[in-house]
Amino acid sequence: MITIQGIGVSAGIAIGRAFVVRKTENTVNDSILSTEAEIRSEIERFDIAVSISVTAIEAIMDQQPDLQDEDIAILETQIELINDPQIRTDVVALIEQHKKNAGHALTEVLRQIVSIFESMDDEYMRARSADVKDIGSRILANLNHAENIKINTLLPGTIIVAHDLSPSDTITMDVKLISGFVTGTGSKTSHTAIIAKSKSIPTVLGCGEVLGNIQTDDLIILDGLTGIVLINPDEDVISRYQIQMEGFKAKADELKQLKNIEAITIDGVKITLSANISNAADLEVVFENGGDGVGLLRTEMLFMDRDSFPTEDEQFEFYKQVALQSKGKPVIVRTIDIGGDKPLPYFNLPAELNPFLGYRAIRICLDRTDLFITQLKAILRASVLGDLKIMFPMISNVDEVRKAKQILSEAKKQLLAEDLSFNEHIPIGIMIEIPSAAIMADILAKEVDFFSIGTNDLCQYTLAVDRMNDKISHLYDPYVPGVLRLIDNVVQQGKKHNIYVGMCGEMASDPMATLLLMGMGLTDFSMSATSIPEIKKTIINNSVANAQILYHEVMAMDSSSDIIAHLKQAMQ
Amino acid sequence: MISKEYTILSAHGLHARPATVLIKLVKNYRSAVSLKKGDKEVRLNSLLNILSLTLKGGDVVTVLIDGEDEDVAAEAIDLFFTEQLKNL
Repeated sequence: MITIQGIGVSAGIAIGRAFVVRKTENTVNDSILSTEAEIRSEIERFDIAVSISVTAIEAIMDQQPDLQDEDIAILETQIELINDPQIRTDVVALIEQHKKNAGHALTEVLRQIVSIFESMDDEYMRARSADVKDIGSRILANLNHAENIKINTLLPGTIIVAHDLSPSDTITMDVKLISGFVTGTGSKTSHTAIIAKSKSIPTVLGCGEVLGNIQTDDLIILDGLTGIVLINPDEDVISRYQIQMEGFKAKADELKQLKNIEAITIDGVKITLSANISNAADLEVVFENGGDGVGLLRTEMLFMDRDSFPTEDEQFEFYKQVALQSKGKPVIVRTIDIGGDKPLPYFNLPAELNPFLGYRAIRICLDRTDLFITQLKAILRASVLGDLKIMFPMISNVDEVRKAKQILSEAKKQLLAEDLSFNEHIPIGIMIEIPSAAIMADILAKEVDFFSIGTNDLCQYTLAVDRMNDKISHLYDPYVPGVLRLIDNVVQQGKKHNIYVGMCGEMASDPMATLLLMGMGLTDFSMSATSIPEIKKTIINNSVANAQILYHEVMAMDSSSDIIAHLKQAMQ
Repeated sequence: MISKEYTILSAHGLHARPATVLIKLVKNYRSAVSLKKGDKEVRLNSLLNILSLTLKGGDVVTVLIDGEDEDVAAEAIDLFFTEQLKNL
């Protein structure tokens, strides 16, 4: 057995026989033209080759009715490139001025474009040189009346092995017969990666020259997540991977089914399911799981693993990436929530006896306004690039909200003076995680645009239970009527004052709580992205009307054990 | 002639796919449209030239529209940069 490590670009396990694709380069001679007539006929030959190439791609689009949007976009891009007026201008100039034949001129022009693309300091543009080469070989093939490679004799379950695959190769192949792709070159942004992902075909790219070891009909296992490729593995390795493959397929099928379904109850109420994330990279998983946006962007990661506070520009870059990758969906940015339990090496916070009751989060921000204003300015600057909202954590009274808003106004004033743009009306909200805030939700609602209930801290503060303490962790219980009444008050006051109420604590991802919270009137749940499908399943199979009955029953009960038993029964 | 500045509102910038959509959009109008980033200006009819501007997310680009139907063209282009681009 030989093991090869490549780049996994499309998750999943594939087990199958290899088909090795070998491509031959089109040859071009460098004969020189002599007469004006030859020049004109050479330009005409180029134009004909271009139009044949376009027609061929249009034929693919017509003949394959099950092409996905991604495939059509790639093919349309190819048509644009083949028809590119700049390429024609350059080719014609070489034919006319240097008397080169069409094939030679085109090769020359493409070589220049490819070398420019490959020298760019941008992975995406470097990957695009493959597209330029691909359209080049199409036009050349039509100039030379050469045949394009055709892979139409595959057996089902084949794994395609190639040094490189062009976009038109990948699209013209019958993917129903292909269980995986392995290539020597390529990266996460190549077209092969994009197509493989859109069709959920496990794929490993960038394996290098070692691929030469694979022969057609070798048995291959590939893991599109880890990038591992095994050639001719043993029986027990195969059976181990078979089990993994089935597990992955079952999960992927379920996810896929739920991904594009909206979280709407049987009686037609839309529930927003967003995710809690820590950076822009997490967004990919959010959208894979069908998330509606971000209910909590933690900003602590930006401040960790460094020697000094990040500058405004460094922070802006972080928020900008999130804003740009959020596809216009709402993103709630929580200002920094550091404290004695989450220390920063460069920020000297004295050890405290009760860090959870200590100098932390908004309390630090309102004290060290220099740090706070830097963060607010960076968030504001990114607010023109996406639907960002600002949320303040650890609010216990109304003065803290007013002071935070005042500092936000100061941040806006500074940006105006610096002539930097921002969303003047960026929504402002607060975390409800201190019992005092939950009780006075009616007062706080007049100050902000939204609430987000942080059930973890709310529960531990309300019950006076440190859940890290094993001796008492059984007392940590969000289903105690005292905690539920606080949550209920926040939701009802939010409705009454017409502000939006979400929940970003663990309770939002607890399937046992979903119906109860829906019955209360909560319409925004934010959780770790991977929990979204399960909660969505509960929502689409239930109605708000039934959830309201359950809610009234639960609120009339006197102990958490009764409540939990009742909720468990309702889940059946 | 209409000239307007836009911020690129997509993570991967104005890459091949959205650029193709934009070229096709512009073809619907008679006006000559170009893109300008810094002092580099290209006609909005060549995908290669647009790609060579390497417009990334957050970059600012100026769109220049000149012709008899420049008002309607500007409206469509405006929608592209403010709304459509995010989802491409």
